Amino acid sequence: MSEWNQSSVNEVPSRGSESQKADETFAMGIALPDGQIPVYDHDETFHEKPENQWLEMWRSLRANRAALVSLVFVLALVVIAVIGPYITPYNPIETEMSNALKPPSAEHWFGTDQLGMDIFSRVIAGTRVSLTVGLLAVSIALTTGIVLGAIAGYAGGWVDTVIMRVMDMMLAIPSILLAITLMAALGKGIDKAVIAIGLVSIPEYARIVRGNILSIKENDYIAAAHVVGLSDARIIFRHVLPNALSVIIVRATLGISSAILDTAALGFLGLGVQPPQPEWGDMLGRARGFIFQAPHTLLYPGMAITATVLAFNLLGDGLRDALDPRARIK
Amino acid sequence: MLKYVIKRVLMVIPVMIGVSIIVFALMRVFSPDPAPIVLGQHATIETIEAWRDANGLNDPVVTQYFKYLTGAFKGDLGTSYYTKTPVTEEIFARFPATIELAIAAIVFASIVGILLGVVAAVKKNSIFDAAGSLFALVGVSIPIFWLGILLIMFFSGYLHLLPSGGRIDVLLKPAEVTGFYMIDALLEGNWEAFGNALQHIILPALALGMYSMAIITRMTRSSMLETLGQDYIRTARAKGISEGKVIGKHALRPSLIPVTTVIGLQFGSLLGGALLTESVFSWPGIGKFTVDCILKSDFPVVQGIVLLVAVIFATINLVADLAYATLDPRIKYSSKKER
Repeated sequence: MSEWNQSSVNEVPSRGSESQKADETFAMGIALPDGQIPVYDHDETFHEKPENQWLEMWRSLRANRAALVSLVFVLALVVIAVIGPYITPYNPIETEMSNALKPPSAEHWFGTDQLGMDIFSRVIAGTRVSLTVGLLAVSIALTTGIVLGAIAGYAGGWVDTVIMRVMDMMLAIPSILLAITLMAALGKGIDKAVIAIGLVSIPEYARIVRGNILSIKENDYIAAAHVVGLSDARIIFRHVLPNALSVIIVRATLGISSAILDTAALGFLGLGVQPPQPEWGDMLGRARGFIFQAPHTLLYPGMAITATVLAFNLLGDGLRDALDPRARIK
Repeated sequence: MLKYVIKRVLMVIPVMIGVSIIVFALMRVFSPDPAPIVLGQHATIETIEAWRDANGLNDPVVTQYFKYLTGAFKGDLGTSYYTKTPVTEEIFARFPATIELAIAAIVFASIVGILLGVVAAVKKNSIFDAAGSLFALVGVSIPIFWLGILLIMFFSGYLHLLPSGGRIDVLLKPAEVTGFYMIDALLEGNWEAFGNALQHIILPALALGMYSMAIITRMTRSSMLETLGQDYIRTARAKGISEGKVIGKHALRPSLIPVTTVIGLQFGSLLGGALLTESVFSWPGIGKFTVDCILKSDFPVVQGIVLLVAVIFATINLVADLAYATLDPRIKYSSKKER
């Protein structure tokens, strides 16, 4: 807190007026999703109409070069995931044993793997699997986590205790170990990997949502909503959750990166996507024996995972800064 | 303080029982029948039934669970379906290897992480800060197993400097006393074995510790920045204390309080990361063993390992909490006031 005060006063005097305004917005409490500041709308201190929260976020995100580059990269990945299978130079699942383990060349940009499959085509085609699994797993974790966290935080009492103790139990096992154990119960396959990865990250979301709800619940406008006679469900979904949205979005973006890492890990152990379907982790797992003989087989799929995860991490960090009014002032 | 410790210890028990229920349900209720997998395709129905009887799998699930739980309290976690050895024996034969690796990893992660974090905070917005942040960012983004592969490629394949897998050369293996080869070698006074074990542990420890190092760097940096902005640091500087002393003495200690908690939590998560690292480096610990047992449905062993890891995880959290309370006088005082 003190550091932020210092920097806004001493280091960026040129942005003084802007930071002062943001400062006031922050002091007013949390803005409603449509950007209106409740109650204080007519206050004399606001000479202009309060800005749209999303617009302001975008402006702040745009100023963050690393986050912007990663946003572009993520969008490019989405495009590749959609059109990837149509643009690969070779069929990603076609084997050609006579052409196995060839180093990168003009025909095969990333070389060929132990079965003679074109690595470039497989890396491109693998984008779809990684992104889909990442998104689906996070969706499962997010929806379940939000519902559980919202109920726990809002209801309190024994409901809260039961839900959060179960979450504690899940957190007591390292997530990758729990995911592998789940895979053992569910069986191999990408659909099961989605479920396993989604299930193990529920507690994180439940905790965050619960914590946010506990603090939002104390606001006067929630008490007002009760007085007006709104139903609990309506209060949770219309008035409480939208205010926790920014935190959830940041967490979900970072969650996609860890889901992609977990997918790759399960693939690497041979539990995820089953061959010949292309998946980055699985490619690494199967080419492992050729580490000294044909290192190129292990280079590119790993790069793809790292770049993708890095992009989601940077984007998540950028979003967090953009959504945090305190960081925005800096 | 004692009351606080007791309360925290007691809180662990229901969580552990819950974990045992979750794992038991996963392994015995939702998993496919292990009998055909263990006995092979050619087993007859009679042999399968006899095997299920012998392993208590035909009892009602609740009975099975309570048998398991009472056994667990007596230190009996059942026997492996394959080797018929007690699970505890199977685990403890491999456990020192994993702990040795995890300790090496966390030592590396803590030293490098704190160093990078302090430098990044002190030289804020400098090239060091940017480099540290980038390093930390890559550290959290790179898959542990790929990092391991890259390290092997470079240090073993290209430079021929370090071995690519295993714990020690078979010929140099010291007599097992503690199970930690580096300590055992020192006990024997066998420096060659010690050096060899050290060479073997460097790459896996780097791969395993990288993620934690990144987290510790970030945590140290932000915690240090917060402390450096405090008034008493300004006072210390105003009194004319040398900058090195201000940072090393006045700023570092309070900054490290939240870092200890993170280090504790990271040590727990290393046990998860060990699954992958051990597979890459053929490290003969419980990580690789767990994956193997899951793949061949050796449920009693898997249950035992998950339970053990959960207990260790909980113990580490407890220790981290207590260390936090010791390092931060405010916590001690407030708990005293309460009682």
